[in-house]
Amino acid sequence: MKQTISFTLNGNSVTVESHPMQPLLYALREDADAPGTKYGCGEGECGACTVILNDELVMSCLVPVVQAEGARVETIEGLANADELHAVQQAFLESGGAQCGICTPGMIMAGVHHLRHPERAPGGVPEALEGNLCRCTGYTRIFTAMKRAKEILSAGGTGS
Amino acid sequence: MKTNVAELQVCSPRSIDEALQQRRDIPGLTPIAGGTEVLVWLNDAKFAGKTYQSLHGLAKDWRYVRANKDGTLGIGALATYSDVRFHPVVKERYPLLVESARVTGALQIQNRGTPVGNIANGSPAADTVPSLLVYDAKLKLKSLRGERLVDLKDFFTGYRRNVMTSDELITEIVLPPPLFMPAQQHYRKVGTREAQAISKVVFAGARSAAGVRLAWGSLAPTTIRALKTEAALQNGADANAAWEILQREIAPIDDIRSTAEYRRKVARNILFEFLNKLANTL
Ligand SMILES: Cc1cc2nc3c(=O)[nH]c(=O)nc-3n(C[C@H](O)[C@H](O)[C@H](O)COP(=O)(O)OP(=O)(O)OC[C@H]3O[C@@H](n4cnc5c(N)ncnc54)[C@H](O)[C@@H]3O)c2cc1C
Ligand code: FES
Ligand code: FES
Repeated sequence: MKQTISFTLNGNSVTVESHPMQPLLYALREDADAPGTKYGCGEGECGACTVILNDELVMSCLVPVVQAEGARVETIEGLANADELHAVQQAFLESGGAQCGICTPGMIMAGVHHLRHPERAPGGVPEALEGNLCRCTGYTRIFTAMKRAKEILSAGGTGS
Repeated sequence: MKTNVAELQVCSPRSIDEALQQRRDIPGLTPIAGGTEVLVWLNDAKFAGKTYQSLHGLAKDWRYVRANKDGTLGIGALATYSDVRFHPVVKERYPLLVESARVTGALQIQNRGTPVGNIANGSPAADTVPSLLVYDAKLKLKSLRGERLVDLKDFFTGYRRNVMTSDELITEIVLPPPLFMPAQQHYRKVGTREAQAISKVVFAGARSAAGVRLAWGSLAPTTIRALKTEAALQNGADANAAWEILQREIAPIDDIRSTAEYRRKVARNILFEFLNKLANTL
């Protein structure tokens, strides 16, 4: 039976009618009209579905939507500010951090979270992104992008 | 997702009493803490359960890591790996727990997964259980009938089997004050790669004048303490003699992740590595 579940998505309240054990990933893509978050493996291995839930980085394919009731969910759709990209998005663009793009929304959310909470990955960027797989870039450009994002931020670019 | 989620029911209790009543009254309820095991089963349709109990409404009661005045540490049923890993008292006194949380999955898994879920799931490859065994962890099991304290070492009765009854929940892991200094402890996970790998062999051990602990994952149907090898080491056995005994305490198998032969080899190497490292600190 479907249930009415409410949470905030990128600062806006949303209410979805979902099966409570449906993973948050599908609720976002299909019920909340937010398909920016990607499906890769459906079981926690690839990180494509990474979102920020109550300020913590999670795989949305592993969160039953019932557990998102009342939560604050942040996805790739919420990062850009009007016409200005978030520093991490801008940096991925400039550094060639995205190729096919399937891993990119999740990778960027992990990058955003890392810049907010560097203390959660004492090993730095490689640790912060270790749950996010990329089949295309070989990671070097992603690491370069993360360096670039820090520069953009310290030069006063958008990002929080 | 291979499971048809439309067929699944879930209760979301708001209080501990409500949760325990549901466990008494509704048969076959599968608890969900972080869901990092349960959602994988659902994705693969490996599990026939249709009714679930999501514990997220009890976070205010059960999401804590608490250093008690009597020197014990309590880890609530909903405390995550990240909660454990970054807790100052855990860092200072229980370094094996920090290491095992650190090598579990990736940050996203550590932010959702719980040590209690790791125990209840009962995998012989559980990475946190060996650390908890070294620290003589106990589990608080609660039902409407009351509460009991069970030694983690007596919790598992066979492959994914344990002493919990269907009306109980694990509410807390209790760790006594540590017997060992950090330098007397050793953790080793051997998997296919550094992040997101299930262990082929996992080890946590400690040794001091106060005693010896050797705890292993993926070498038997459950995570185990090698009690006979511990006793031999306590009585002065050298590394070769200890290995002779350990070989008879373990029962590794061939499976998709590794072979029995490789696991034996790794177990021997880890035992020697541990004894060499600790030789310098005794
Ligand atoms: C990508 C990925 C990587 C992983 N890597 C590792 C790894 O490196 N090492 C490792 O050991 N594990 C790993 N795991 C497995 C999993 O994350 C851990 O076992 C975790 O501790 C499970 O905790 P949870 O709270 O998410 O459990 P859940 O999925 O919520 O529950 C697991 C089991 O415990 C039961 N349960 C939960 N809470 C209670 C309670 N209070 N009382 C009684 N029963 C309860 C549930 O019914 C279920 O049977 C990984 C999983 C994924 C998806
Ligand atoms: S789709 Fe969630 S981790 Fe791969
Ligand atoms: S850009 Fe293709 S998977 Fe990362």
